[in-house]
Amino acid sequence: MIGLEALYVIGGAFFAAVAVMSARDASNPKRWKNTAFWGLFAASFLFGSHLPDFANGLIVIAMVAVAGFGGLGRGEPQTTGQAERTESAARLGNRLFLPALAIPATALAGTFLFKRPELAGLVDPKQATLVSLILGVFVALAIAMPMLRAKPATPLQEGRRLLDTVGWAAVLPQMLAALGAVFAAAGVGAAIGQIASQWLPDGSQLAAVAAYTFGMAIFTMIMGNAFAAFPVMTAGIGLPLIVQRFGGDPAIMGAIGMLSGFCGTLMTPMAANFNIVPAALLELKDRNGVIRAQVPTALILLLANTALMYALVFRF
Amino acid sequence: MLPLVGILVVVVGFMARLNPLLVVTVAALVTGVAGGMGPVEVVETFGKAFKENRYVSVVWVVLPVIGLLERAGLQERAKTLIGQVKAATTGRLLLLYFILRQATAALGLTSLGGHAQMVRPLVAPMAEAAAETHHGPLPDEVRQTIRAHTAAADNIALFFGEDIFIAIASILLIKGFLEQNGIIVEPLQLSVWAIPTAIVALLVHGARLMLLDRRLARTLAEARP
Repeated sequence: MIGLEALYVIGGAFFAAVAVMSARDASNPKRWKNTAFWGLFAASFLFGSHLPDFANGLIVIAMVAVAGFGGLGRGEPQTTGQAERTESAARLGNRLFLPALAIPATALAGTFLFKRPELAGLVDPKQATLVSLILGVFVALAIAMPMLRAKPATPLQEGRRLLDTVGWAAVLPQMLAALGAVFAAAGVGAAIGQIASQWLPDGSQLAAVAAYTFGMAIFTMIMGNAFAAFPVMTAGIGLPLIVQRFGGDPAIMGAIGMLSGFCGTLMTPMAANFNIVPAALLELKDRNGVIRAQVPTALILLLANTALMYALVFRF
Repeated sequence: MLPLVGILVVVVGFMARLNPLLVVTVAALVTGVAGGMGPVEVVETFGKAFKENRYVSVVWVVLPVIGLLERAGLQERAKTLIGQVKAATTGRLLLLYFILRQATAALGLTSLGGHAQMVRPLVAPMAEAAAETHHGPLPDEVRQTIRAHTAAADNIALFFGEDIFIAIASILLIKGFLEQNGIIVEPLQLSVWAIPTAIVALLVHGARLMLLDRRLARTLAEARP
């Protein structure tokens, strides 16, 4: 059955290729740091499932030691210039969109197809979307390679060019997810919930609702993830005050509470895959540029969520 | 209260603009020790969590295709296509993308968008081209603003669309958590109550995108000699 392990081998192979190509690229002044960083990451992908946890931990710490001081460098793989791209775009026209759209199309089709009973057992149903997405990459390559008459190494070099523009930030989302797990194991959530319930004024429905929605947003900003904030804030404020003391509707509380957390996600660098990674991918000078564009909407929606919850939760 | 020192490390580290990988790792190690783990146990816990979350980084496998197509002029083609549509402005284009992204996310099709697959290769070049059609060549800071808004539109549409779908992770998390506390709710009951916020999000962000058009027109008129 194709599941996560197969994807880790594919990912590991890509990162290993990036490490090897970085080692051979003398244009990058920090090429050995890039080699070490992506080589270690490749090792984690290829062998992580079979290594003891302590070894996995040491790999992470080694990666951070390489990238955490002075960062990584950027290689300069041979690519096309502006004039060549304009010419190629004019020559190929809308055919260029075909491989690009094949990725989401395959992801979509696979998500449904692999869950059908006739295809059961082929792909892990829990990972159907992710497997289909990566399958889409190969479908897109199969369309694009002959169309562009590309050499086999070309997509790997172009992939390295883009991965170098993202740099170490590419690993940050995974690192933050790991931090969340350590926070949970060390009891951070319970400690926050305790503080929150001590500080709350008694008796006011509006204060309880506002403390819950703003608490969700703020704790999400700290943890970078509304999923981590939800159990803590709901156990600390939502259930005991809004539902049990004031008789609010638990479904409305939960739904709007989670969406209040999402407002926090829009405002924090800790939500790296939504905020920091796109800033790197789009080559923004300001690492927080995406957050700046989102803050006004996020704040208005947080107020709207508070008003909506106050208006609805005690009524249904 | 001791485990909270990790949060302090994160906040101070991010404010001091230290390398986030370093900040996160130190925060994890400090939190573990403060929570009563031994040094080996902390490294094991962090290593195990890192290993189990590798699926987060698998998406980078799309980069070779995107890079290959960029090399062949995908961004340029996207720009030409939008440049031909005279009615397209940056704000209107992003609003159209916002509506499509929110609607498809509400149907559970969250993988149709995304920063690596859609925003960088297609939507951002189109948004820039729409501004160029109306205002001529763009100064760099305007280009940066437009790109940031493209990523923002993708995020906001996704976040406030996906919860309308009944089988999305966050809805299942809410249901699971309430169930542990003895409250049974159906996913549909939860997703229905995501609709009011979704409508407000569309109105608020749609209005901001229309204002973005006006702001771009103003800044670019001033910038021109």
